[in-house]
Amino acid sequence: MDQNGFFGNWGGAYIPEILHQTFVELKEEYTRCRKDPAFWQEYLTLMSTYSCRPTPLTYAENLTHHFGGAKIYIKREDLNHTGAHKANNVMGQGLLVKRMGKKRVIAETGAGQHGMATATMAAKFGLDCTIYMGEEDVLRQRPNVFWMEKMGATVVTVKDGSRTLKDAINEAFRDWVTNVDNTHYVFGTACGPAPFPEMVAWFQSIIGIEAAKQIIQYHGKMPARVYACVGGGSNAMGIFKRFLDESDVELIGVEAGGHGADSHAHAIRLSSPDATPGVAQGYKTMFLQDEDGQMKHTHSVAAGLDYVGVSPILSDLWDKKLVRFESATDTEVMQALDLTMKQEGIIPALESSHAFAGAFKEVGKLAKDDAIIINQSGRGDKDIFTIAHAFDDPSWKKFIIDRGKEYSNS
Amino acid sequence: MQLEQQLRDKLKDKDILLMTHIVLGYPSLDVNREVIKQMVENGVDCIEMQIPFSEPMADGPVILKANQTSLAAGTKVADCFTFAAEISEQYDIPFLFMTYYNIIFKYGEEDFFKRAKESGIKGFIIPDLPPEMGKSFLTLADKYQISPILIYTPTSTDERMKELATYGDGFIYCVARRGVTGKKSEFDQDFDGYLARCRSATKLPLAVGFGIQSKEDIQALKGKADMAVIGSRTIQLVESEGAGAVGSFIASLR
Repeated sequence: MDQNGFFGNWGGAYIPEILHQTFVELKEEYTRCRKDPAFWQEYLTLMSTYSCRPTPLTYAENLTHHFGGAKIYIKREDLNHTGAHKANNVMGQGLLVKRMGKKRVIAETGAGQHGMATATMAAKFGLDCTIYMGEEDVLRQRPNVFWMEKMGATVVTVKDGSRTLKDAINEAFRDWVTNVDNTHYVFGTACGPAPFPEMVAWFQSIIGIEAAKQIIQYHGKMPARVYACVGGGSNAMGIFKRFLDESDVELIGVEAGGHGADSHAHAIRLSSPDATPGVAQGYKTMFLQDEDGQMKHTHSVAAGLDYVGVSPILSDLWDKKLVRFESATDTEVMQALDLTMKQEGIIPALESSHAFAGAFKEVGKLAKDDAIIINQSGRGDKDIFTIAHAFDDPSWKKFIIDRGKEYSNS
Repeated sequence: MQLEQQLRDKLKDKDILLMTHIVLGYPSLDVNREVIKQMVENGVDCIEMQIPFSEPMADGPVILKANQTSLAAGTKVADCFTFAAEISEQYDIPFLFMTYYNIIFKYGEEDFFKRAKESGIKGFIIPDLPPEMGKSFLTLADKYQISPILIYTPTSTDERMKELATYGDGFIYCVARRGVTGKKSEFDQDFDGYLARCRSATKLPLAVGFGIQSKEDIQALKGKADMAVIGSRTIQLVESEGAGAVGSFIASLR
């Protein structure tokens, strides 16, 4: 990151003037933390006692035999407390908030996992917490809303625009400019104005640091490829960062193909010609926008990938051809999820299932003495309503109908 | 310099100027025309015309909805330029564009300046473009003599205000309070202290906006600010009472 917050052509800090001073203070505190080895140590201790770090690297033996190619290893971010990699970033920012002395945190959430993690952190650190969530996401991720509220957070349903992640981000910014003195915005992904992309990627880098050690231990050498799904890009940056220095490791980001690359109902920013450079939500990146610069509606079965922009760090790595970007459609994702559950007894989140789908297309062609790592960014049981609906599961439907009757009679 | 001089000339006859805000294409360009006519005829000194954007991060619910409705009705950037050219030809007050940076970036910065100049636009207010991010923007503003309006806020330090003043032109837009557009502001002692800080940081005229809704609010600004900005209030008025109500409302403010 240069001094203006750019990674090559991407990033920056396009912020309203009211936030200028708070960003000055945030950058100072972040810089102090990065230089202070005790801070990272405190972070590691917190993550190993409050969450489940280091998370395991699981050898997926059955999937490996199924495809007959490289050995498949799965980095289990689903086993973090709150069930996703989001906790890595949130707990790190929580330590930062304590240092800055702010009493209130706000966050946007798409899939609800970042909101969950933030509500958890706020409960643990004794902070007031408000979570902004698009109306469409509230509907598809209702269980997370329930838990956030139970942990004491206020969940605000955002009914503007496309009623998804980007609109939740706008609304969180509106809160921040109003309550800037006592509030920190816990940005959930490696996007937004600097220093958020770099800071979030730093906290998430713990994933790749662990995975590199683990793969050497189990496999004896670096993996041939590493796969991660890409919404905003924080889990991808988290696992990629450590491997960027390893020239023999190919990094693959899998975007949300939705109904297909030609359907205009997808969230493919880097692996399709549909996105163009733009500036919104405080940073410059590749956005899905029209010729006037108005943001388009996106679609993905996975709420956490349903986003118009992408991390400026990933746009830079894409520019420099250091990461390859592919996409997986909703249908491919459901198939990959089904296969993973049946073969391994593991339920990846719909977001993470994109990484699995991307890997499954290629792994059979790789040599048997090679290995790949798939980053399982989160667990899928939060998606039970969406997954059950997509599988058109008859016994689940009956359960919902019966429970509905029970509630409507009471 | 052109914009500042125009405002200074007006200030010779008036103790405070009025700037109003419209969202282009909301509810329609025809209604915009009627509203502007009533504003100018009733003494408005400057009008900021917002080119709608799908992600208006600094705007509150009234202007947010106006942006979305305008876009849903099909308003294009090209329509905004055509409209600006027509209106600035017709009325002898300065017209500004207010929008978010992506609209300019996507159009092509220099093309946007060129087209705005041809359309008679005197200044730009871009709330998500701090000077650090706007080096080429500021160079083009100078080249095309379109004033970049910079923004002061209650959280701005004295040093920051002085720094911003070196980049600003035309006037400085002083945001009255924390938050987004459209909510009531309190013009108390803290506010007076803030305005005094603004005044000592720049020689440019000071406009005050965010939450100014009534004659009393404007009365309170006289002697402290050079221009009062009415934003969401007239948009609400058009929504509730129609364009015809704007003239008498503006006339009642001073």
